[in-house]
This record gives sequence, C-alpha cells and structure tokens, in this order.
Amino acid sequence: MVGKKEELVYVDKHGKRLDGRKVDEVRPIKIEVGVLNRAEGSCYMEWGQNKILAAVYGPREALPKHIQNPYKALVNYSYRMASFSVPERKNPKPARREIEISKVCGEALEKAIFLERFPNTTIDVFVEIFDSNAGTRVAALSAASVALVDAGIPMKDMVCACGVGKAGGHIITDLNKEEEDADDAVDIPLAILPKTGEIVLLQMDGLMSKEEWKKCLEMGVKGCMQVYELQKEALKKKYSQIESTAQNNEARTEMVSDEKNSEGEFT
Amino acid sequence: MNDVMLDLRSDKIIESLKNGTRLDARKVDEYRNVSIELDISKNAEGSAKAKIGETEVIAGVKLSPGKPYPDSPAEGTISLGAELLPMASPLFEQGPPDENATELARVVDRGIRESKCIDFKDLCIREKELVWIAFVDFYVINDDGNLFDCSALASIAALKHTKIPKIEEDAIVKGEFAGKLKVKKTPILTTFAKIANAVVLDPNSAEMHAMDGRFSCASTEDDLFSAFQKGGRASFTAGDIDWCLETSLTKSKDLRKILKE
Repeated sequence: MVGKKEELVYVDKHGKRLDGRKVDEVRPIKIEVGVLNRAEGSCYMEWGQNKILAAVYGPREALPKHIQNPYKALVNYSYRMASFSVPERKNPKPARREIEISKVCGEALEKAIFLERFPNTTIDVFVEIFDSNAGTRVAALSAASVALVDAGIPMKDMVCACGVGKAGGHIITDLNKEEEDADDAVDIPLAILPKTGEIVLLQMDGLMSKEEWKKCLEMGVKGCMQVYELQKEALKKKYSQIESTAQNNEARTEMVSDEKNSEGEFT
Repeated sequence: MNDVMLDLRSDKIIESLKNGTRLDARKVDEYRNVSIELDISKNAEGSAKAKIGETEVIAGVKLSPGKPYPDSPAEGTISLGAELLPMASPLFEQGPPDENATELARVVDRGIRESKCIDFKDLCIREKELVWIAFVDFYVINDDGNLFDCSALASIAALKHTKIPKIEEDAIVKGEFAGKLKVKKTPILTTFAKIANAVVLDPNSAEMHAMDGRFSCASTEDDLFSAFQKGGRASFTAGDIDWCLETSLTKSKDLRKILKE
C-alpha cells in the first residue's frame, strides 16, 4: 500500500494514473503462441503483473457419454488460480468465484466457435493464473481465444477482452488492484467479437449511472480492440516463423538434391 | 414436458416473437404478477417468499457472530447461498450447488452488496473481534423461469425485515432482539432473455428454454446500477444493453412499490 485510500489521487492533473498510465491505457501485454507441445493449442500471456497459461484440447469425445450433445460441441472452460498467485494463499480447491468465471467465460467463447461442426465432442480450455493483479478473467479469456486459434478450432471471430471501470470518480481502462480497491470502484469485465462489436462477456460490480456506463462501453471496446491487435500480431508471428522454417527446409532439401544431381547419382 | 415438446414450443416462441408477441400474451417489457409474503420462518431473523408468476423462492436470514476479515476489522458481512431444490424442477438434482446455483447466488449477492444498501459497519459488534455475518440462504421451490429476479426479490425482502439478535457475553440471547437491520436502499434485479434477435423482460421457463442468453442488471432507487451479468451463448449489441438498462430503471420502480407494501 502506497498510502491511505482517501489520500490517493487516481488520476492527477496531468491525466496520469497511480502507475503512470493514461486513463485509456492498457497495461503492457505480451503474448506467446504455442508454448505447450502436448496441447492442441496454447498461449502464454503477461498482462501487467498477470501471468497466464491457456491450453486447448479437442474437439475430443465428451465423457461421460450422457453429457454429449448430438447437435454441437460442448465448451468446457476452466479458470483456476494457483494458490500462490494472490497475496493471501488461496485454497487450491476451486472457489465459487472461479466456478462463476469459468461458466460465463466459456459461454462467451461459445458464440465465436462453430460448435455445430463437432457433435458429441468437448472442446476443453484450461487456463491457469500464476500471478495476478486485477483483470485476470479478461486476460485469461483473451489468452484462451488465442489458444483456440492455435489449436485450429474453426471460429467466426476471435474473442478479445478488456476490463474497464471507475476509480476516484474517473472512468479508466484496465484497472489494476489498487484502482479496483477504490471506495467507489466499478469493475466491468468486457469481451467482444471485434468484427461486429457484439458483446459476449459483460459483468459489472460497483455503483454506476447509465451515462457512466456509456463512457465505459466506449472505452472498454477501445481496450478490447487494442488487445485484438496484439492477439493477431502474436498469431501472425508464430505462423511467419513456421513459414520461414518451412522455406529454409525446402531450400535445404533442394540444395541437397542439387548436389546429388550434380554427382549424377540419380540420373 | 419432454425435450421434443420443449423444442417445438421454442420454435413457436421464436416465430411469434418475430411479430413482437409472446406466447403468454405479455408485452416484451411486461413482468408477470409479483407477490411477496413475509415471515415464513419464525426461527429465521428475517424471511420472505417471492413469487413471479409461478416461480417461487423462499429466502431466510440467519445472523451469526463471527470474526471480521483482517482488512476490514470494523465491518460485518453478508453471505448468500442458493439452493436449487429438486422439488422445483425435473431438471434439478440433489447435491451440492452446481455452477448454475453458484452463478445465481453470486449475481444476487453482487446486486445487494455493491448497492451499499447495508452498511457493513452497522454489523460490527466489537472491532477486530466480533461482527455479525448475515447468512442469506434462498431456496428455489418452483422454477418457472427467471430465478435471478425472484431470488433477489426474496433476499432483499428478507433482509429488509431482519431483526438483529440481542447479544450478551458474546452469545445470542434467544428470542430477544437489539433492533432491526438497517437497509438503506432497495436494489432490484431485472433479467432479460435474448431469444433469436428479440429481447424480453422476465422470461418464463419456456422462454428460458428458447433463449440463447440472458442479461441481468440490478439498480437502486437513485437510478444507479450495482451489478451486470451476461450469461449464455448469445451476444448482445450495445443497443440491446441500452434498452435493457432503460427498461430496468422503469420496471424496478414498480417492483420496489410491491416490496414496500
């Protein structure tokens, strides 16, 4: 704690926040694609202090059999926090908060995936938080979306998520823990499909007027779009690497065969 | 009703909503009949039954002395729990709360907690040592859709009529009370279902079967929102949400009147 809550100025006269960010500035985000070799798709994300791993398995047979849906795939989304990822040790057993987050985030992904293509299967999405400082569910959902693309799951669109809200009377994007603890804090986890702007995740706690909501939505969507750009960039980076490796391999094979040709072994 | 019948009825609901009509002839922003009955249980410090159409939920409040959280030594707290009784629907099974019950309890909790209608400092008995924990447990006894709103109504009604037990030497004196629990605002939760491209207020169970998703928001008498929750596979446009918030502010005033009676 830097100081007493009442003394904190959440946005100073230069428009700077406690951690020096602008009101609409998202914390630094780092995304790596394909970090776990056993999973079909995976993603490692750092979002400020938040550190998250997401992995996707499937579509694979949904078990036990009675949970299978003959019309579409199920999305089994599991959001979990490591016991050491929070200041006070967390009991590793999933808490009510984690169960609720898993439910709504899984439902947010369902809108984006062509579930009807994979009847009787489940698409398992596992996300684990290893370090946290507010906004973990939106970070996790953004990471999960990247992992789904990495797994080659057919999707209508990506899901990009960002937090927005209020602290000390100011509407701000991507609240950190200190801001979330403000007396008048409002926290809105938001996720959209970037192509259409449809809202697929929306929660809120705090006290807020309708006018404040309008401003929050506008800034939240902007935050989501920034995340979207970074998601795309990370995915492109991975596939451009694959492409260049493939080209190198091709070039090498050609070289080898040229050499062999010149030696006349195959002619 | 079996699955095939439910699916056929869902088709009918979607079809008729294309002309803006609901199967039970309600308008899209029309609530079913709501009634509240108080003091269901004598042993509870506060209790209420809420009915929305055929949906029924009974909530009871028990106050227990307990230790405060270290980061808020002068504040008590509330704790909400949902029980989806197997008697309430053929779809409910015996057992510990599943993800549906967990989500339900947490959304009702947020609507009440974040409205700051209860000052947790009022629940302090002795700083750092002893505070009241108000356990609000609500039991769904019949599920004809919109459990969110019905549970929230029953819970806030029960809290508004909760008496604080008398305490002597850190033990509750049975049958004697120190006063009423102060509830300064009345947060009201309203839930909307998105069915194909239509959005309707207060979905019944048939509409809940037909819906792709729902949106709930809680608001107070000073027109502030204290909780949002989107659930289900559907997406909502900014315009959808706008309409829901506007409708919520209007309709919650009617519901608040019923609570006051």
